[in-house]
Amino acid sequence: MKRSRSDQLLLRCGQIGIVMILLFVMLPAIVVTIASFNASSVLAFPPRGYSLKWFQNAIAYRDFQQGLWNGLIVTLWASTLATLIGTTLAIIIKRYNFQGKQFLEGLLLSPLFIPHFMVGLGLLMLVSQFNLTRGYAVVVFCHVLLVLPFVLRSVYVSLHNLDLRTELVAASLGATPLRVVTSITLPQLLPGLAGGWLFAAILSFNEFTASLFVTSQSTQTLPVAMYNYVREYADPTLAAVSVIYIVITATLMIVANRFMGLGGILNVEKK
Amino acid sequence: MQKKPRFFYWFLLPSTLTAFGLIVAMLAILQYSVRSYIPGSLEVGGFTFDNFISLLRPLYASAFLETVLLSLYTAIFTLIIGYPLAYAMIRARKSWCRSTILIISITPLFLGEVVRTYSWIIVLGSTGFINSLLMGVGLIERPLRLMFTQLGVVIALVHVTLPIMVLMLAAGLSHIDRSYERAAISLGAGPVRAFLTVTLPLSMPGIVAGTMTSFAWTFSAFATPQLIGGGQVNTISTLVYQLGFSSLNFPFAASLSIAGLVLTVIVLWLAKRVTNAVERLGVN
Repeated sequence: MKRSRSDQLLLRCGQIGIVMILLFVMLPAIVVTIASFNASSVLAFPPRGYSLKWFQNAIAYRDFQQGLWNGLIVTLWASTLATLIGTTLAIIIKRYNFQGKQFLEGLLLSPLFIPHFMVGLGLLMLVSQFNLTRGYAVVVFCHVLLVLPFVLRSVYVSLHNLDLRTELVAASLGATPLRVVTSITLPQLLPGLAGGWLFAAILSFNEFTASLFVTSQSTQTLPVAMYNYVREYADPTLAAVSVIYIVITATLMIVANRFMGLGGILNVEKK
Repeated sequence: MQKKPRFFYWFLLPSTLTAFGLIVAMLAILQYSVRSYIPGSLEVGGFTFDNFISLLRPLYASAFLETVLLSLYTAIFTLIIGYPLAYAMIRARKSWCRSTILIISITPLFLGEVVRTYSWIIVLGSTGFINSLLMGVGLIERPLRLMFTQLGVVIALVHVTLPIMVLMLAAGLSHIDRSYERAAISLGAGPVRAFLTVTLPLSMPGIVAGTMTSFAWTFSAFATPQLIGGGQVNTISTLVYQLGFSSLNFPFAASLSIAGLVLTVIVLWLAKRVTNAVERLGVN
């Protein structure tokens, strides 16, 4: 296709605009990286010296270690349970009609729009009303509620892409409905489930607002520990933690994109 | 309706229990919101509507307004910078361009609110990046006040909601059949006209979904208004937290959050009404 002069100009402007927006998106990450190598405890640009001491500080800080450990426990439980709940629900929603189906689905999708602090507050009140302990269970349940809508969505997408005929063939060959699900539906869903699980795990590991309400000193997750740190100290230790976070997350994203095709998981790939 | 196999009920059980837990938690909020507050105690008193009446006090009324305005500004600005990004991501010819845009714009989604908010504190602070840069170049003499202002909070919130906006817009854009656009161009429309009259209206569902999600996310954001607002920007979420944890006034925190939820539902409902009307207009 031949392009006129003005079209070309338009395209150039558009490209420059996109680069500017991408810079805006990356700006905090770049700045926090520079700050994390800053030698003095007072932030300044450009830094007057460079050092790795904030990284040592971050790794040695007890609350971060404990937070990381708590976060991993909660994340593993929450994302696994959410995947289990989401998969079973998605299968019966797509394959059967039953009373209260829309109500149940709507209810479990509602945490997308209910503010997170409200979910946290509700569970906190529940715990205090019934004199339960603020242990891992309530944190895990809270995270299950919050990540379930995302798991449901990704299972729907995989179910939608599934060839229904394979199930019909198995059924017509005499497989019981349960056998059809376990030996035909689930194995084909597996890649989608893995994607959904990973998505849930990342969201759960980063969840902050609701966690702030439902965690106690002994169950606080990493984001909560980090938030408490910012409120008490102003040194760049948190910049170091942020850099570790950014590096790990970006690596995971690049790997996920290479091996699983992120566009596919996120449903934005070209048809 | 087909007969259900036995495993159906086993499959129904986990989600029903989860839904039950959510309902009970919401009922707990409802229950607390109509109890009177006993200062200095977690125990609550008898039935009362006082908590809802106190919501009309100026501090809380202005927090509602502030929250709605923040969410509105954030949704609009996120849409304005998110749209070109989503468009470029879907339409870029080279695949490395597409994946670069995708990874850069989506990665912040997985960084969590605390990391991103902290990073913005370093960017916006009085000795932060922007002020050091502008003072170093000599454009300004005294640092700009970006922290503890609404502007600062909006900048950071736009950054927080951008990834989800881009995802929703891109999902909408990727489903548009490009032959409509080609038809418009072959009929003599320039690229700008083709975009405005064909692509933009067709991407409306993505725009609506993205704006609404951005609105809801901002509404529930806590770390950003709390840390960057620093007490100068009061939103419903920061007030609920203060009431719940500093004054241990659970009943009032409950009524405030219920009012917040009602407000979210009303705004989202209004937005849906408006967009439905606009879409009908477009069809006619």
